[in-house]
Amino acid sequence: MITPDDVRKVASLARIYLREEEVRHLTKDLEKILDYIGKLEKLNIADIEPTSHVLPLKNVYREDRLQEPLSQKEALQLAVEKHAGCFKVPKVIE
Amino acid sequence: MKLNTLTAHEILDLYHQNKTTAKDVFSSVNQQIEKADKDVRAYIRLSQKTIDYKNISQKDFPIPIAIKDNMCMLEEETTCASKILTGFRSPYDATVIEKLKKSGAMIIGNTNMDEFAFGSSTENSYYGPTHNPWNLHCVPGGSSGGSAAAVAAHEAIWAIGSDTGGSIRQPASFCGVVGLKPTYGRVSRYGLIAFASSLDQIGPITKDVRDAAILLNIIAGYDPKDSTSADLPVPDYTKSLFNNVKGLKIGIPKEYFIAGMDSEVKNAIMEAICVLKNFGAEFSDISLPHTEYAVATYYIVATAEASSNLARYDGVQYGLRKIPEQKRKSAIVDMYEETRDTGFGDEPKRRIMLGTYSLSSGYYDAYYLRGLKVRTLIKKDFDQAFGQVDAIITPTAPTTAFKIGEKTADPLSMYLSDIYTISANLSGIPAISIPCGFSKDNLPIGLQIMAKPFDEETLFRIAYTYEQNTDWHKKQVGV
Repeated sequence: MITPDDVRKVASLARIYLREEEVRHLTKDLEKILDYIGKLEKLNIADIEPTSHVLPLKNVYREDRLQEPLSQKEALQLAVEKHAGCFKVPKVIE
Repeated sequence: MKLNTLTAHEILDLYHQNKTTAKDVFSSVNQQIEKADKDVRAYIRLSQKTIDYKNISQKDFPIPIAIKDNMCMLEEETTCASKILTGFRSPYDATVIEKLKKSGAMIIGNTNMDEFAFGSSTENSYYGPTHNPWNLHCVPGGSSGGSAAAVAAHEAIWAIGSDTGGSIRQPASFCGVVGLKPTYGRVSRYGLIAFASSLDQIGPITKDVRDAAILLNIIAGYDPKDSTSADLPVPDYTKSLFNNVKGLKIGIPKEYFIAGMDSEVKNAIMEAICVLKNFGAEFSDISLPHTEYAVATYYIVATAEASSNLARYDGVQYGLRKIPEQKRKSAIVDMYEETRDTGFGDEPKRRIMLGTYSLSSGYYDAYYLRGLKVRTLIKKDFDQAFGQVDAIITPTAPTTAFKIGEKTADPLSMYLSDIYTISANLSGIPAISIPCGFSKDNLPIGLQIMAKPFDEETLFRIAYTYEQNTDWHKKQVGV
């Protein structure tokens, strides 16, 4: 059971502002989807290893060689606001 | 014969015989876009670059190609069909784009998709829906609906899509074209805007099987820039196009042929099985016992990864930035929250919320960890099946293309339209969809073939044999 308060909390974790109408819709949608997902509870998963990835890869290294990085100009090209070679954002500490 | 209706290999033959030029082929595709795309709406935008025909004609594959709007192209806009990426111009090419450019590809433009590839109908696009060329009231499938529709409507010779839970195969099925999801790791994901990193894979959407093999030859291979790309040799896939399946063992999973499945789809698949039997394939019934849990598992794993991948859209470095008129929390948090509220459509919000929920403390074990464990069970089903058979045949989708608007009010019913395609992503195996019939309403039906990891050759062999002995792929759309 997911409540509107749960939805508000998760939205805050996900950094999404939700209007009350969206909270109502999402509570309903998520409840339905979570209810469907609940079918996994029927399975016995004791002693089963989780699979987060299908390829048997571990510690993939690249050659330790210097490569040309993006220039500061290129990296800042799309910045909404920039200042002195940095991305500019609203105040972080108030 | 209009050039734009040909396959890439037919055009390559004409080039070799000096019967046409890259310029004529490109202009024939452009004429069709002008004629048909106001109805189909396969493209979000056309490339603004001028093509150097003289240089391109020296290359191996000067073929016009459509690119899904989630692959970074140097200096051109790429948006994932989302408002939040409006105006984003990549400072680099995706590896796939780099390989295509080297091969001589003429990039036509970016095709429409569900926002961030979240969907099965291309209706969740900031730019509005794409229409199925076979019936403009129907969806083209998704999320690579624009790419599939462009190929079907001959607005492209071939196209590139991406597949996280069926996003190449299901639209290929709905639009009557060929769509291949390669093995996870076969094609580099560098420069593919990430949705679910352990499931995403780029692949070809083409008019026939030979073209799919040629296009996979161009894009496949190890890439040091993608640590999950497989460092394995890539065979020449055109060499596996044998018109013969003698002795190949093919499994039919009983869990995919359930009561209530569309009878026209079922009949078309059964007839396809007969065709392959006649050419020497040996069929047997197999079981993939955890099939019914695939969609639930997928919507845990895919949304968890998506919620993490989409955290980067915060208004700081690129794309949209919005600041609310009234202060709510703090200046920076308000900026993040307002940007993401304004920039994301309903489906990205729903998936980010679901993913964040299943990863959050208190729910992690019950949802995310359980999902990963069930993923192991689903993968083991395939490992066991491939101990007995070389390939598995199923429908690509439970139905033909549905009507625009039919499933938008019910996200869960939309999710269930990927029921047959999702398992291949969870287990990483390659799978192809090829046309295998039409419904009485003249909508295409797709046949899905799945094989062992890195055994695309068997897929091509079976698909090619079927195609050589049937005519479905030759049926032309009337837009």
